[in-house]
Amino acid sequence: MSESAKQLESLIARGYQHGFVTEIDSDTVPPGLDEDVVRLISRKKQEPEFLTAWRLKALRHWLTMKEPHWAHLRVAPIDYQSISYYSAPRTKKDGPKSLAEVDPKLLETYEKLGVPLHERARLAGVAVDAVFDSVSVATTFRERLAQAGVVFCPFSEAVRTRPDLIERYLGSVVPIFDNYFAALNSAVFSDGSFVYVPKGVRCPMELSTYFRINALNTGQFERTLIIADEGSYVSYLEGCSAPQRDENQLHAAVVELIALDEAYIKYSTVQNWYPGDANGVGGIYNFVTKRGECRGRNAHISWTQVETGSAITWKYPSCVLRGEGSIGEFYSVATVNNQQQADTGTKMIHIGKDTRSTIISKGISAGAGQNTYRGLVKILPSAQGARNFTQCDSLLMGPRCGAHTFPYVEVKNPSATVEHEASTSKISDDQLFYLLARGIAAEDAVNMIVSGFCKSVFKELPMEFAVEAQALLAISLEGAVG
Amino acid sequence: MAAMLSIDNLHVSVGGKEILKGLTLAVQAGEVHAIMGPNGSGKSTLAHVLAGRPGYQISAGTVRYQGRDLLALPPEERAREGVFLGFQYPVEIPGVNNVYLLKAALNAQRKQRGLPEVDAFEFLGLVREKMKLMHIEDSFLSRGVNEGFSGGEKKRNEILQMVILEPRLAILDETDSGLDIDALKLVAAGVNTQRSPERSCVLVTHYQRLLEYVVPDFVHVLVRGRIAKSGDRGLALELERRGYDWVTGEAA
Repeated sequence: MSESAKQLESLIARGYQHGFVTEIDSDTVPPGLDEDVVRLISRKKQEPEFLTAWRLKALRHWLTMKEPHWAHLRVAPIDYQSISYYSAPRTKKDGPKSLAEVDPKLLETYEKLGVPLHERARLAGVAVDAVFDSVSVATTFRERLAQAGVVFCPFSEAVRTRPDLIERYLGSVVPIFDNYFAALNSAVFSDGSFVYVPKGVRCPMELSTYFRINALNTGQFERTLIIADEGSYVSYLEGCSAPQRDENQLHAAVVELIALDEAYIKYSTVQNWYPGDANGVGGIYNFVTKRGECRGRNAHISWTQVETGSAITWKYPSCVLRGEGSIGEFYSVATVNNQQQADTGTKMIHIGKDTRSTIISKGISAGAGQNTYRGLVKILPSAQGARNFTQCDSLLMGPRCGAHTFPYVEVKNPSATVEHEASTSKISDDQLFYLLARGIAAEDAVNMIVSGFCKSVFKELPMEFAVEAQALLAISLEGAVG
Repeated sequence: MAAMLSIDNLHVSVGGKEILKGLTLAVQAGEVHAIMGPNGSGKSTLAHVLAGRPGYQISAGTVRYQGRDLLALPPEERAREGVFLGFQYPVEIPGVNNVYLLKAALNAQRKQRGLPEVDAFEFLGLVREKMKLMHIEDSFLSRGVNEGFSGGEKKRNEILQMVILEPRLAILDETDSGLDIDALKLVAAGVNTQRSPERSCVLVTHYQRLLEYVVPDFVHVLVRGRIAKSGDRGLALELERRGYDWVTGEAA
């Protein structure tokens, strides 16, 4: 290893910043999964009959499925019967009506995470929904959003207040039979966020959900559904963290986006689940299904993700481009360090005429991390004039990590244009020394090079999150210089 | 007053092979020294060792910079203390904005000296002024460090960085190589603006061409890791006439 490689290695070791546990009295169901558990969850949430039936259908199907193993991942066996499928901080009523009713310990937790829930203290213009283990504990700025006609609330609340929308759209993008983890989620999902933006409304602020896993031996199975009606616009952000524990914890979420005619959904993720320690002990298994459907003409769905945490990440935020002239975008930065593994990418399914998609993927591998880009661009016979551009870059730090790329392209319409560019590079000793010779400290130099590498993705993030993402990236790569 | 740079009996090897074999050189404040020599004589090694590039083994000798032990300082400290290396092959750093790097570099130096960070507006004014001097287009402001630059642009960018950072000791490693005559004149003009009684410059060059525009106070010929001959500008002219064989033969 060269001098600077050693320097890089030594720079990557500050550790996870959000690994604390909140001591709070929780209502947690015993580990295990069967129809009774599913019924119990549904009952706790006072769900209508159709939803209970839907969950049971998902469970019955899931029991017939096999865990997928096609990804470029080493996954320790998961004992699905040892997981608790529901955990909620104990409250007097089912869900607080206002912040005043929220347990101060919970508010403190979010303060520590840098997600203050008090509206006055909030960054101007971001409404937050906070999901703690299985339930949503607070949603801010609801009144102001309601004035604009925007519905932004915990999923479980939407089940009660807008069952029409839930019944119509739930599972319409990610069907319960879609894949193993989506089926599991459909059976046991607990909470998440629900957004409905009415016709012609431009959502007056950024919407944000902060997911926190706290309880031991629980999984988090949130479900998010965003519907942008004709001509509307919404920008939604999610952040995630978890305590530092020696056990692996499962996070199997499903996110569905629906964009109708001329609607635009911008969905950004800054994922910082606990990645496990330097030896790969503990950490979150982040097995997530995210998909958006551009159902109307000129609809637009844009995914931006910055994945820095989790022991294993398995996710492919995708777009189904059904509406004529619709647009799908995927901008991704995925970082792995130490023993982390990521298999992530996207699927762009072109169905409508003149649909366009852009994929920009930046993978950063450090330590003994393994980073895989897996993407599918599928142009169906109906997608006359469809276009895709894919750019896929990997940056390696040190001699022990790996970068892998699996780009699949299926073109069934000869008028389509598909472009693919890929590169793999290392932080070179030359680049590092160049910056040192200009008086920049080694750590700053590495951050500068990595940020430069990720620039085309970071510029897609809303301003305040771009700053957070850069800081997270710097932390997750600490000691990774190599 | 201590010399700007004082190198005494410096021995340096790379991968077990000795490149510098007892080099001695003194540079006073205000002086411009040219280090010439055939390929492989150790010119670039000298430049890199002075800037602190890792990978060189220093087996003997001392280097003092304004009286301090230069070799004890990490590279970034040397830069902040006013040592500047103009690279022979400036590297591209995609996505890192030129101006961002320049500002970070200047602020690192100012912080070292206990000065406040430079005001963004003021800084941009300074950069624009110096860009004019170096005939660098406005588009430079939005580009990545050396990203997609031609060879000549990269060299001009090195000099631009130098005139903005105003180093006390500038070491230019073959900044003239691969430049056409117009670019060479620009580079020379940049170097000449830096000449002052407080500042020194070490020009590492293979050809005497640059020395027509930047007139050195001293010329040294480096042969097989040692200074074989020193003189004034006349030595460079004589080298051009007679070739390096003249000195290498004598030194053998």
